[in-house]
Amino acid sequence: MDFSTFLQQLINGASLGSMYALIAIGYTMVYGVLRLINFAHGDIMMVGAFLTLMGVTAGLPFPLAVLLGIIGTVIVGILTDKIAYKPLREAPKISLLITAIGISFFLENLFNVIFGGIPKAFPAPDYLTKVLHLGEIYLPVTVIIIPVVTVLILGGVLWVLYRTKYGMAIRALAFDIPTVKLMGVDADRIITIVFALGSALAAIGGVFYAISYPSIDPLMGVIVGLKAFAAAVLGGIGSVTGAVIGGFILGFTEIFVVALFPELGGYKDAFAFFFLILVLLFRPTGIMGEDLERSRF
Amino acid sequence: MKNAIVKLLLILLTLGFIAWANQTLDSYTLSILNNIGIFAILALSYNLINGVTGQFSLEPNGFVAIGAYFTALFLIPSSDKIDMFALVDPAPIVLQMQASFLPAVLIGGIAATIIALLLSFPVFRVRGDYLAIVTLGFGFIIRIFALNSPAYTNGAMGLNDIPEVANFMWIGTIALITLIVMLHIIYSKYGRAMKAVRDDEDAATAMGINTFRIKTVAFMTSAFFEGIGGGLLASFLTTITPDQFSFLLTFQLLIIIVLGGLGSMTGALLATILVMGSMEWLRFLDDDMVIFGMHTGAHPGMRMVVFAILLIVMMLFARKGLFGDREIHEIIRDKFKKKGKA
Repeated sequence: MDFSTFLQQLINGASLGSMYALIAIGYTMVYGVLRLINFAHGDIMMVGAFLTLMGVTAGLPFPLAVLLGIIGTVIVGILTDKIAYKPLREAPKISLLITAIGISFFLENLFNVIFGGIPKAFPAPDYLTKVLHLGEIYLPVTVIIIPVVTVLILGGVLWVLYRTKYGMAIRALAFDIPTVKLMGVDADRIITIVFALGSALAAIGGVFYAISYPSIDPLMGVIVGLKAFAAAVLGGIGSVTGAVIGGFILGFTEIFVVALFPELGGYKDAFAFFFLILVLLFRPTGIMGEDLERSRF
Repeated sequence: MKNAIVKLLLILLTLGFIAWANQTLDSYTLSILNNIGIFAILALSYNLINGVTGQFSLEPNGFVAIGAYFTALFLIPSSDKIDMFALVDPAPIVLQMQASFLPAVLIGGIAATIIALLLSFPVFRVRGDYLAIVTLGFGFIIRIFALNSPAYTNGAMGLNDIPEVANFMWIGTIALITLIVMLHIIYSKYGRAMKAVRDDEDAATAMGINTFRIKTVAFMTSAFFEGIGGGLLASFLTTITPDQFSFLLTFQLLIIIVLGGLGSMTGALLATILVMGSMEWLRFLDDDMVIFGMHTGAHPGMRMVVFAILLIVMMLFARKGLFGDREIHEIIRDKFKKKGKA
């Protein structure tokens, strides 16, 4: 592999890793607060892509469609929590998990019924699909925009978590919900904020995915969601920085293994799970995680 | 003594029904019964690990796929395999795999059991949500493997022209055997240990139960019957492709065991009949409907929307399902006892 190919793959990996990272943050935050693997999170990302597609098809300018898509996804995310998860806060965790699987299946099949199972073309505007030539490197604009936007968003999330009152409340909830309630914090409102934040990031991830792989279908969230979850575990579930690191590691691995050993291309969707099993075997707390029982952001 | 006679009578009655149905019913009704039978085998065995042992796992589609592929490869005549494998030539070992029906199905079950044994070492190091995700990942890996090993599985095209040996006689009888074995297990020493692991793993360890061994035994037993169910499915459908063994299969089984009540074998059986029956009955939902003179157009997936809502509603309002974690005869017996006292 010569240097320009290496650079090209490096940027591709960063772009793919960014998408995983954006979705992984949602997993890790919900897990941090509720100790729930939100099975439906990958499908929330799919909802984001489809709502944006609806806006674009309705003739809205692209940025406005994305914005409305994000808002719609946030509403869906909050509703899943209010309708399905909130009544089960005191129930056994397995019930919560089964409900999350039910939500995931509900969203997949609902969008399948509405939009049909055939992949839909995603019309990204020209200024995003343009390809730049830098010497021997060919770079679509998106591949550069995605990691940059992700880093900016990560900065924003970390700022919210560590520099605002809401962030402090979120971090406190991850430790002990009853005590935080006693301190006068409206726990349900904070949990709503967590779901809203996670859903917004997932929607952005979904739009990025739709631009990079220019077609979307109702099942697109399944594999991406699972990989993002694996990334969250790899980074240390409960840790936002860890989720981003895990996402990038997974993105780079997928791109480079396929680049170096093309014959393994068909297996690239399985890497995430090998990672997951290896991490759980040798370091269950992941890279940034300190303690599974008391994971923090 | 009285109990044994009742049991024997019930078994003979069921066998009689199976033989009668196999002879007289039309092929459509029989195909529904076959579906119910196969899903009953899968749901009962899935219930052993998820409901009785309390290890919430999401892998049955993987074990069913293993059983289905092994059985299919042993059943298809070698001469047909060379024509069937269009992408690459079949691996030499694939051509040597030949067996008659019962051994082929058993091999499918044993293959799944061995994989379950190997899998239990990494898998049971984790509990709860993590177990669910890791086993879900296993189901995916099996499917990805089936797609990418054309020399063994014929890739995405799958295997077809599998000899159709599995009739209701086979499927019904094996389902009955599965039910009997499962009921025996849950009332045995192992079954009590499994329930102890479910109710409180630390307390079970303190009582001297080797929880890892109990989980592994439950996992392997479950895998064995899921593999057998897979083999029957392959022979019943005569065609298998990797996409048939997606998470949808696991999801259907999950709905069944939740509806029946996690941990209740007879509940799982009744729920299989209800769910598979209503799947058939709700088929109209996927078709074109006319509402107020407007055609809605065909929309495959509507049934699954209904079942997903059913699962969520059950978790919110009726978490215990039909029978909770008890068996139907236990519930009936308690009813009679109460009456006697009053």
